[in-house]
Amino acid sequence: MPIDKAMNILIVDDYKTMLRIIRNLLKQIEFNNVEEATDGSEALLKLRSGSYGLVISDWNMAPMTGLQLLQEVRADDRLKATPFIMITAESKTENVVAAKQAGVSNYIVKPFNAETLRDKIEKVLGHA
Amino acid sequence: MHDLISPPSGGIALADRLAAIRASHPTPDPSAVEDVVRAVLLTMTGDLTAQESSLLAEVEELGKTIASAKAEIAALRVDDITISHIPFATDELDAIVAHTASATHAILESCEVLDDAASATTGEVSARLQDATTKIYEACSFQDITGQRITKVVTTLKAIEAKVAQIVSTFGVGGGSIDDVVAVSMGEDELLNGPQLPALAMDQSDIDKLMASFD
Repeated sequence: MPIDKAMNILIVDDYKTMLRIIRNLLKQIEFNNVEEATDGSEALLKLRSGSYGLVISDWNMAPMTGLQLLQEVRADDRLKATPFIMITAESKTENVVAAKQAGVSNYIVKPFNAETLRDKIEKVLGHA
Repeated sequence: MHDLISPPSGGIALADRLAAIRASHPTPDPSAVEDVVRAVLLTMTGDLTAQESSLLAEVEELGKTIASAKAEIAALRVDDITISHIPFATDELDAIVAHTASATHAILESCEVLDDAASATTGEVSARLQDATTKIYEACSFQDITGQRITKVVTTLKAIEAKVAQIVSTFGVGGGSIDDVVAVSMGEDELLNGPQLPALAMDQSDIDKLMASFD
């Protein structure tokens, strides 16, 4: 089954430039239904009031971090199956382990390229 | 010899009084130490034993060291660090962040125009244009990384500023006070360290191997 390119994707980052970059990269691989949030709390509100096929989130944000957002998503019966990719500059082993323990679907370290983004999206959506 | 430790009848033992003083003044004040040394020297009379002379010499040396340290710190004008040098450095770093944000915004604006142009064409030209814009988007993420690195530097500078202010306040020179310094929170969540230096950081292939090890 092909990837549903019409799915809603939520991108979360407190750096507006990064949101813009990720949105444009997603547009280049034909994901056009992209919404944005600038921290975990805003993202959680959007997730609970909408329908998203994928979350792509930064980690280091306030007041709710990306890891806390991931934990909230995994603890929510309606949201817990949503694929969740963490994109972050945090690249220590303990970060990856903590994210995996919280249920992250894949992990991308900044700076990243378009090919990595495409590859991880395909993997988490089960088409790699 | 007179017993200074045992209390006079009905009084409080010296050890207890010293403990109470320590509890009410947890941080030793160099000026107070200096005053005590001076007071002790002024009250000493009569012949001194060899041990007392040695102790006196050490106490005198301590007083000189404190006075010398105060003079050296005053000569360094360390309060300049908190009043001008560090604020100047942090302002400059803030300006760098603002300028790079502005430049990145302009680059992305132009890149989006090129992207639209690529969509309006087909074939090899379209593919080459899109490949070029993808590379520009990827490169523009530098602003996020440099912004995080600069934030780490600013946090470090503010920690240095707080330490310097503490030294100035403790030694009573330069007029600065620790209370005047913005409190710096170094208690960041242990997992949030921002970008690592390239020589120390895991790259994407390391991350992929680690992720795969969980499967």
